[in-house]
Amino acid sequence: MRKYISFFRMRLMAGLQYRAAALAGLSTQLVWGAMEVLLYRAFWLEHPERFPMGMEALAAYIWLQQAFLTLFSMWSWERDLISSVRTGAVAYELARPVDLYGMWMARSLALRLSRALLRMFPVILIALLIPAPYGLRLWTGGAVLPLFLLSTVLMLLVVCAYTLLIYALTFHLTDPNGIMVLSVAAADLLGGAIVPLPFLPEKLRLLAALSPFGSMQNVPLRIYSGDIPLTDAPAVMGLQVFWILTLVLAGCLLTRSGLRRSVIAGG
Amino acid sequence: MRLYLHFLSIHLRSAMTYRASFFLSCLGHLLTTMNVFFGVVFLLDRFQSIGGYTLPQLALCFSAVLSASGLAECFGRAFDVFHQLLSDARFDRIMVRPRSLVFQALCQEIKPTMFFRFLNGVILLVWAVRSGAVAWTPWKCAVLTLMVLCGALVFFGLYLVNAAVCFFTLEHVEVLNIFTDGAREYSKYPFGVYGRSVLYILTFLVPLALVQHWPLQYLLDRGPAWYGALPLAALAFLLPCALLWRLGVRHYCSTGS
Repeated sequence: MRKYISFFRMRLMAGLQYRAAALAGLSTQLVWGAMEVLLYRAFWLEHPERFPMGMEALAAYIWLQQAFLTLFSMWSWERDLISSVRTGAVAYELARPVDLYGMWMARSLALRLSRALLRMFPVILIALLIPAPYGLRLWTGGAVLPLFLLSTVLMLLVVCAYTLLIYALTFHLTDPNGIMVLSVAAADLLGGAIVPLPFLPEKLRLLAALSPFGSMQNVPLRIYSGDIPLTDAPAVMGLQVFWILTLVLAGCLLTRSGLRRSVIAGG
Repeated sequence: MRLYLHFLSIHLRSAMTYRASFFLSCLGHLLTTMNVFFGVVFLLDRFQSIGGYTLPQLALCFSAVLSASGLAECFGRAFDVFHQLLSDARFDRIMVRPRSLVFQALCQEIKPTMFFRFLNGVILLVWAVRSGAVAWTPWKCAVLTLMVLCGALVFFGLYLVNAAVCFFTLEHVEVLNIFTDGAREYSKYPFGVYGRSVLYILTFLVPLALVQHWPLQYLLDRGPAWYGALPLAALAFLLPCALLWRLGVRHYCSTGS
């Protein structure tokens, strides 16, 4: 376990070096957050009775979504992992006395965490300054914060386990691009990136909530904003754990069978 | 023009060499765009209308900007990735040739996948037109065409600014994506929906509202006829863009590669 932790720390340090890129991304996220809030504000002012969640809860959802974007964004694939499988460079990794899947997991977690750490604080700070109900409130009451943090960790694991499953599929497919394109679209729609899940039509909402994508950003963001009541939180987080176990198991099996099939031809 | 067509065919053939990946990235763009539109559909399903606009009217608004940005991104691609032209010294080679700089730079990169975004926009536009968003007259058809063409030119101006800034920074400036990618995404609703300040910024600073919000008012009989001519006024935006480009070219002294 120690070697994975030190590998994770190494990657985290490396990721924290990209400060200029984070600063550039920051302004984009602020503008996008502001535009989203303005848009929903228009709907809220016109039809407050049809609004499925409070405006304050929605604003918190939007600002946290922008702050944590890099934790769950499905489009930020690690292309070099995929190309290492395709070119065979993965053989070098296999020479090391570590499990390939564990190593990839440590790497993905570190990358997402380092990107988020660089960006989240300014966004959260500015969102805290925006007056209610359009900003973010700091105090959420007793048990919300620990539950939010726990479900964020679970979400990060679901996202990484899902992306690793796709990387593992690369062993079996010649071109993973098709499934990646579909994954991004599905995660946008069912994960709550396009519109938050409560705004979806009833049947689609149920499908989305049960899919692995519904166990991603949807859970922590709505727990923080109070849209998922504390009494429901254990069930939702249980589903997150279920998806982590399923996706990790599938990913491990696919990696193992992929490695067994592959033949490294020297050179 | 003949030279440009020749370059166009080269880029098309090179894209077609990797046919599977070409169609996959087309599919990717299609899904992303449709997802944005589905977002509008779901919200309108719940709320029926926003600011007095119905779904087909919003589709009309979104598809006009989508087509415009598709055109600009397909043919103005070189300015979007201009930092690459600078860093691999392709622009240095361009400067020693006796042809217009802008023209040659445009020939360097053409992205046929973006033409599908244009087609995507046109298909959505046809749907919006057929579902009776507007009572059509010949004038209104002309205004719609203007919205798409002038919109493409405004986006093109934004890419030109992006390229001109690259002369100073030598790398891509992500902040400008707010106005290109961001504007495309948020044009799913007329800019007036976002409130006055956004509308004024996008009218006077970056005149995207002049090709979207204002002419739309005319199309939907919510504003006077001269709103329909505003896309032409948006073309004035190209002037400062061109000036900035000139300034950049004058400032540029190679990256040394």
